[in-house]
Amino acid sequence: MDWMAWTWPTAIFFIVIASLLITFTILAIKFPETPRTGILRIETTRGDRLFITLLGSAFINLAWLGLVGANQPFALVICLIYAAAVFRWV
Amino acid sequence: MEKTVNQKAWFLVLPVLLLVAFSAVIPLMTVVNYSVQDTFGNNQFFWAGLEWFEEMLASERMWDALGRQLMFSGIILAIEVPLGIFVALNMPKSGFWSSFCLVLMSLPLLIPWNVVGTIWQIFGRVDIGLLGHTLDALGINYNYTQDTVAAWITIVVMDVWHWTSLVALLAYAGLKSIPEAYYQAAKIDQASRWKVFRYIELPKMMGVLMIAVLLRFMDSFMIYTEPFVVTGGGPGNATTLLSIDLVKMALGQFDLGPAAAFSIMYFLVILLISWVFYTVMTNLDKREG
Amino acid sequence: MADLTANQSAPRGLSLPRVNSRAVVMTLYLLFLLLPIYWLLNMSLKTNTEILNDFTLWPDNFTLDNYRTILTDPSWYMGYVNSLIYVVMNTAISLTVALPAAYAFSRYHFMGDKHLFFWLLTNRMAPPAVFALPFFQLYSSVGLFDTHIAVALAHTLFNVPLAVWILEGFMRGVPKEIDETAFIDGYSFGRFFVKIFMPLVASGIGVTAFFCFMFSWVELLLSRTLTTVDAKPIAAIMTRTQGAAGIDWGVLAAAGVLTIVPGALVIYFVRNYIAKGFALGRV
Repeated sequence: MDWMAWTWPTAIFFIVIASLLITFTILAIKFPETPRTGILRIETTRGDRLFITLLGSAFINLAWLGLVGANQPFALVICLIYAAAVFRWV
Repeated sequence: MEKTVNQKAWFLVLPVLLLVAFSAVIPLMTVVNYSVQDTFGNNQFFWAGLEWFEEMLASERMWDALGRQLMFSGIILAIEVPLGIFVALNMPKSGFWSSFCLVLMSLPLLIPWNVVGTIWQIFGRVDIGLLGHTLDALGINYNYTQDTVAAWITIVVMDVWHWTSLVALLAYAGLKSIPEAYYQAAKIDQASRWKVFRYIELPKMMGVLMIAVLLRFMDSFMIYTEPFVVTGGGPGNATTLLSIDLVKMALGQFDLGPAAAFSIMYFLVILLISWVFYTVMTNLDKREG
Repeated sequence: MADLTANQSAPRGLSLPRVNSRAVVMTLYLLFLLLPIYWLLNMSLKTNTEILNDFTLWPDNFTLDNYRTILTDPSWYMGYVNSLIYVVMNTAISLTVALPAAYAFSRYHFMGDKHLFFWLLTNRMAPPAVFALPFFQLYSSVGLFDTHIAVALAHTLFNVPLAVWILEGFMRGVPKEIDETAFIDGYSFGRFFVKIFMPLVASGIGVTAFFCFMFSWVELLLSRTLTTVDAKPIAAIMTRTQGAAGIDWGVLAAAGVLTIVPGALVIYFVRNYIAKGFALGRV
């Protein structure tokens, strides 16, 4: 596994994503998903909203890095707000 | 078809899941790992944080390549989609000539991509190529290895040559699904040719055209072999598209870190576009069915 | 009223009689498609002296020497053998794993099915350039570098999703009552799948195999990155020749023509499904 060049931060990053996926799977088993139509006018389930959140967060982080370039943790705060918005309205 | 809920179906999907995880997830994880580190070979890595991302976001090289890429994809879509529809409308509907056209039109689609490049590299040469020689004889100064405009025209024409048939074939498949009764009704209403196209043919083709645009956009977005064989990314950097630049960085200079950061951003863009198209496509399906 | 008169004089064309304008458009388009291919074929049948010195529209000194060179020199024809080996391996692997998966997608709802389907699509859309470097590292580290199986596995990246999508499109067309009847008759799943279901979607399997074959055959970037000598595909051998000074144009053209042959041979059989295949089974 040497060639994969693991580091703790990236490992934690993947563990977080994996646990998010597992959490949402368990949630889907316990409380079956019901699709709804939000402001994007498309039907989304909980899983779709998670995907939108994660993909959007990646772009938010990149934009912050490119435009501001410092204090990366603040970008994560924006991501959390974005996540809340997605789960509430999309 | 009504599908039944059956969680055991997961076992049928498992082999695909494992195989694709092996050939997609592991490499992607590796790319993420590389993107935050620096290396001097020998599998020795040093933590670099978000440095590479910062560098790539600030680098003109990447933005230029992205600009060229978007221009390329835009141009070929603007040509191939209307041309493909036009060809499809003119194809024979049935019988021998229909098969004849289908077979000949499919031919460019099945040629290995580097051979496509080779074909056009030869075809465009002034000394031995039919196209280059003819243009030269007509007094047009055409040299795709030296002149930026000529290089661009060559790769665009090559792509049109290579892939317009795909759009045409899909549009043709869409046209064939229109019942004859629709045309009869239009005839009775004395609808003009344009109106028949606008209100009968185009709506029926929407679904397949969506797929055609998606495939052409995506495939042109990751095009590598054909322009690389013809121009090698030149003259200068004039035809260095995203993939060509990335391969140069990753396998040519072995700059693992920057190349990995580049890859991730490239992949995120692809993911976003795929998702938009997929959502639109499934919603179209739902509205129809 | 303008519409009316226009319609009477030319029911469907613009101003010319319909059949003619259609034929003209198709002839021009097919000419555009075939000319470059003809030129390659033309060159492959000439000697290098003729290619470089006389500009001729057809071979004056017809020769098959270029083909003879390729078919007798192992460093050339082994390229075709290598390509064929990994392409066939890839087709077999892709079909084997995709068949049950496509069945599951076409028949059942299960948790995460839509996400999985989308994820497969993203792999078809993923640029090989992104994967070239990690694949190189991955297969080097497991000692599979420069083997046929490495290229075959690498190509599953886009071929497995393609196979699942196309097969699912075909399987949706088979009525579900057939499955139910078979299960009532006491068939086990395995026996039902092989004995009854696979013959029903035989044409779909054939078309899928064709497309897996094709996409693996036309790909160059990954196959070139993952091989050096033993498993080097014909496509990479061709690019190497171009780098050298004094290119042997005739042989290069002949090699190109020979790579078109496999596709050209079977294209007739899949002509009616080719749109479906390229559309990932969505037509």
